[in-house]
Amino acid sequence: MCTVCGCGAGEVKIEGGAHEHTHVHADGTVHTHSHGHDHDHAHSHEAAALAGSHGHAHTHADGTTHVHEHVHQGEHAHDHHHQHAIGGDLDYGTGPARAHVPGMSQSRMVQIEQDILSKNNAYAAANRKWFDERGIFALNLVSSPGSGKTTLLCKTIELLKDKVAINVVEGDQQTANDAERIRATGVPAIQINTGKGCHLDGHMVGHAMQRLQPKDESLFLIENVGNLVCPAAFDLGEHHKVAILSVTEGEDKPLKYPDMFAAADVMLLNKCDLLPYLEFDADLAEANARRVNPDLTIFRVSASSGDGMRAWLDWIEAGLEAQRGSHGESVDALKARIAELERQLAAK
Amino acid sequence: MHEMSLAEGVLQLVEDTARREQASRVKLVVLEIGKLSSVEPAALSFCFDVVTRGSIAEGAALEIVDVPGAGWCMQCAATVPIAERYGACPTCGSHQVQPNGGTEMRVREIEIE
Repeated sequence: MCTVCGCGAGEVKIEGGAHEHTHVHADGTVHTHSHGHDHDHAHSHEAAALAGSHGHAHTHADGTTHVHEHVHQGEHAHDHHHQHAIGGDLDYGTGPARAHVPGMSQSRMVQIEQDILSKNNAYAAANRKWFDERGIFALNLVSSPGSGKTTLLCKTIELLKDKVAINVVEGDQQTANDAERIRATGVPAIQINTGKGCHLDGHMVGHAMQRLQPKDESLFLIENVGNLVCPAAFDLGEHHKVAILSVTEGEDKPLKYPDMFAAADVMLLNKCDLLPYLEFDADLAEANARRVNPDLTIFRVSASSGDGMRAWLDWIEAGLEAQRGSHGESVDALKARIAELERQLAAK
Repeated sequence: MHEMSLAEGVLQLVEDTARREQASRVKLVVLEIGKLSSVEPAALSFCFDVVTRGSIAEGAALEIVDVPGAGWCMQCAATVPIAERYGACPTCGSHQVQPNGGTEMRVREIEIE
């Protein structure tokens, strides 16, 4: 267990189809088998199981348990490698690891030189490529719990849903409450429960994308787990992180949690309708945020009264427009290439 | 922050490499952790011990190399040492300092046999 934030042994659940394998063999035999299945289920990534083994519990009558290999045949349009190592890979008793000659064993250094987050970054890059190929504009909303992310999302959706298709991914440790709130606005939403985890990662979002199948040139909103620390480091493949700070928090929050405000491109100062009743200095909060990130774009909004929402919506629409533009260009380029190939074929 | 997830990331890289090299045991893991990377080395070290239990890296020593923080100060037009992300320039006191060193979190190398 992480001593700082309690993250770790993941119990990730993606809403809509968890399954369990319970194999009970009456004769108590132990076996290892492989099977393939479509990737339409949620599976728990038992991160603490060290070997990345899948959380399929097989209980045999004799009480033995085993780990089995299985192959995913997901309809992943992007590079989504499932390399779930099996417990056997780490078996000291068998395999190439034992194939050394006694006395010849010699320890040696092997250079790795890789970023610790390289695996997540690869998933995120695949997600981003997937979004870009479809002209989808993706945002990752981050904040502490209670800053009004979900209310802000609902309001944003309400004001935009007639203009653009919207899909939402909701991240929380437990419950599907937020996804239900989003679905009540009439747009598709999927809940990811991170269990003990403190942030969404690129892999989870990749699965959610596949499940939602967002339309081309649509808006894809990801509400991260309410946490101002960990989500800063985990790229999901979004185009921008949007940090939300509410005026019921402290002005110095950007200084206390600089990583998040540095990673964000936009900050929404939310609940501004409450300013007359508080001693919150909005100018100071903005100055603190800009001290951490001079390039930050800041909007003062109130999701409940609707004040200031126009500028935020304009910013989203500009982002959508830019994505559509580049999508249109890539479609035109493909069409031009097809035409050229057809011309070459006809000439043969 | 999230040191457990990071420790698992380290273990994955170590396991992939150990498997490729057909190692039987990992004796040492060397990480480079920048001062500005927001990783707490003590927490990471604790988590590393926990996640490596039962793996090929069980019992491996963990060496964390600190990489000092550095940033480009716009006012001074020079690279200056900084102790924290978006800390002030030690020369001129400006906050217009762009971190350019000490943000890394890398697995540098491992010792195997």
